[in-house]
Amino acid sequence: MLNQKHAVLLESPAKTNDVPPPSPVQIQEPDTKTVGRVTVDKPIMTTRNVDVYYGDKQAIIDVSIDVAYNEVLSMIGPSGCGKSTFLRCLNRMNDTIESARVTGKIELEGHDIYDKKTDVVTLRARVGMVFQKPNPFPKSVYENVAYGPRIHGLARNQSELDEIVQTSLRRAGLWDEVKDRLGQPGTGLSGGQQQRLCIARCIAVNPDVILMDEPCSALDPIATARIEELIDELRQNYSIVIVTHSMQQAARVSQRTAYFHLGDLIEVGETATIFTNPQDKLTEDYLTGRFG
Amino acid sequence: MSTPLLLAVLLLLTAAAFEFGRRRALHLAGPEFRTLHSLPRYYGSFTALWCALPALVLLGTWLAFEDEIITSLVVADLPATYQSLSEPELNLIINDLRNQLSGNVVSQELSPDMQAAAEHYGSLRATSKAAMAVIFLSVAMLGMGLAWRKIAPNFWARNRVEAIIKVLLIICSTLAIFTTIGIVLSVLFESIRFFQAVPVFDFLFGLEWSPQTAIREDQVGSSGAFGAVPLFAGTLLISFIAMLVAAPIGLTSAIYLSEYSHPRFRATAKPLLEILAGIPTVVYGFFAALTVAPLLRNVGTYFGLDVSSESALAAGLVMGIMIIPFVSSISDDVINAVPQSLRDGSLALGSTQSEMIRKVVLPAALPGIVGGLLLAISRAIGETMIVVMAAGLAAKLTVNPLEAVTTVTVQIVTLLVGDQEFDSPKTLAAFALGLMLFLVTLALNVIALYVVRKYREQYE
Ligand SMILES: Nc1ncnc2c1ncn2[C@@H]1O[C@H](COP(=O)(O)OP(=O)(O)OP(=O)(O)O)[C@@H](O)[C@H]1O
Ligand SMILES: [Mg+2]
Repeated sequence: MLNQKHAVLLESPAKTNDVPPPSPVQIQEPDTKTVGRVTVDKPIMTTRNVDVYYGDKQAIIDVSIDVAYNEVLSMIGPSGCGKSTFLRCLNRMNDTIESARVTGKIELEGHDIYDKKTDVVTLRARVGMVFQKPNPFPKSVYENVAYGPRIHGLARNQSELDEIVQTSLRRAGLWDEVKDRLGQPGTGLSGGQQQRLCIARCIAVNPDVILMDEPCSALDPIATARIEELIDELRQNYSIVIVTHSMQQAARVSQRTAYFHLGDLIEVGETATIFTNPQDKLTEDYLTGRFG
Repeated sequence: MSTPLLLAVLLLLTAAAFEFGRRRALHLAGPEFRTLHSLPRYYGSFTALWCALPALVLLGTWLAFEDEIITSLVVADLPATYQSLSEPELNLIINDLRNQLSGNVVSQELSPDMQAAAEHYGSLRATSKAAMAVIFLSVAMLGMGLAWRKIAPNFWARNRVEAIIKVLLIICSTLAIFTTIGIVLSVLFESIRFFQAVPVFDFLFGLEWSPQTAIREDQVGSSGAFGAVPLFAGTLLISFIAMLVAAPIGLTSAIYLSEYSHPRFRATAKPLLEILAGIPTVVYGFFAALTVAPLLRNVGTYFGLDVSSESALAAGLVMGIMIIPFVSSISDDVINAVPQSLRDGSLALGSTQSEMIRKVVLPAALPGIVGGLLLAISRAIGETMIVVMAAGLAAKLTVNPLEAVTTVTVQIVTLLVGDQEFDSPKTLAAFALGLMLFLVTLALNVIALYVVRKYREQYE
């Protein structure tokens, strides 16, 4: 159902998360100064030569990188280097900032998301986002999760909606904790529970990509570990792009890592390689704690 | 010395006390000035406060009781014939004495007895003044000296000063509360007098209002009917019409301004809207009476309706326009207070802007908006000028907005501008109406505050 809606509004082929489409015949490496391979064989999202300006100030400089199916891509870098800015380009949340301007090409399964014909509402249903600070709506737990399915008409009746809510809460690993208090306000949960509620709310619309901006920075180590586990499980069904300040977290959850520095994408690579054997001097300095 | 002069001297003394205190603290601490418990200026403030406050309290008390005491002393010294005079006559004499002293015209030639009394009065006054000046300045010096002696490096001057300041703040805020209580009590007592003449039940549930009472015993006049129901009905009708205008317009403009408009448009439109709140209500009143009411009547005649030239509708419409800024301004603030993170959360799920507003922003802001509406209603209920000019004086019990009605506030005005005795039921009725109005708006405000506070608790 969702897929049909997407297909109509985004003019995209049916969702193919489980069976990735055949890879393009040949992958052209974009012209960038980034160290390492920015492309992947089967990208769900591609970005090419993206610049972002806030007014006159450039926050992202010529960034090109792909996101693969069923991978966790982590973005690290010192504060203010533009990680959040870049992440917000991927579902056009930057549209809400008056002064922000984005140039370059960003595609979701081959469709330019900044194209005039793209419906931003549908884009955001396919590329969901989890924020740094848990932001449940001041509604009940149930209503929080049902919110997305309701506005997208994903359920024909109450029992289907119940089904979606339950599945999403289960996937977010929250069901057992809240199943008896679905009617209570989501804002009354603990911080870690709230963040998992936000993740449940996000996966309830069945997106293809989930963007997470420092999702654990407001949480204690146990809640963090819980969410990291969750991210690993979610990878079965979704592509995840996560911004994090914790290098251990990046090492634990991600398959590929991108290092940003002052708006530049310095280096991209397999997480294991980047952490053990960084190619660029800047990356190495950051990872060894000589910077940041 | 005159009082202003005393105050000026006290000011100088206080300034000096501040400096003395500060110096003494520094001096006592010597090179170890870091061992002082508080910053030097706290020692200064402590000394200054002790210099000024007791002296000021003394001055206040003295001035409050001086006159009474002197007068009673003078009266006690008057010859026996005067002692037996009645209170008003005695007052007259005292007045003469005062006038004589200040060189004003006196009501009769003063007898030698009286001359002596006047002199006595004058000398007492002079003594009192001199004594006051001396005691006042001694108290100031004494306070300063005591404080000065207390100063030591380990003296907690900061805590003392903070405590004194806290007490001053408490006094100021209770002053406001006591004023309110005083007003309420005075209205209450007058109302009780009214209810001795007119039963409470008749007042609250009576359906007829015609407060004309006979002025003289022999007059044939009605004994007056004091049923407040038509007045409250009129008030409610007009307020209701006003809210019908103000709530939707105010709310939608708030939504547009806070969610859709360009910041630059908002920066100009919002102040413009708030100018509406700055227009004097009389101006609204004649706008209602001279423009809106005739317009309504013409339109009404066109459709074959009988619209009276003063109508609840005209008053309500204009009053609605008047309170738009209240609604829009408060709603706008409340809507803006909804955290951006909630909006982001909704948009990131793929909601449209209007879905976000309807399903997240407005529900989150609703309690605050309701609070704003209630405040606007209490404003509408208390409004007088527009209604006087546009809705008329006829206390008719009707729900037809095309007829003339009257409101509580309008009746209070008309009751009090009459030439009735002040303790006739007619005038006292004004207090009873005022009390009722006060209770109604108080209840509305309490509900509004409660709702608004509840809303505050929702985040964090
Ligand atoms: N709304 C905005 N308006 C203007 N400049 C902005 C805005 N948001 C971010 N910037 C600027 O863009 C640059 C990148 O900011 P961004 O928030 O993307 O950094 P970040 O890498 O996410 O940092 P952090 O790790 O602290 O979250 C910063 O210099 C910041 O000051
Ligand atoms: Mg950030």
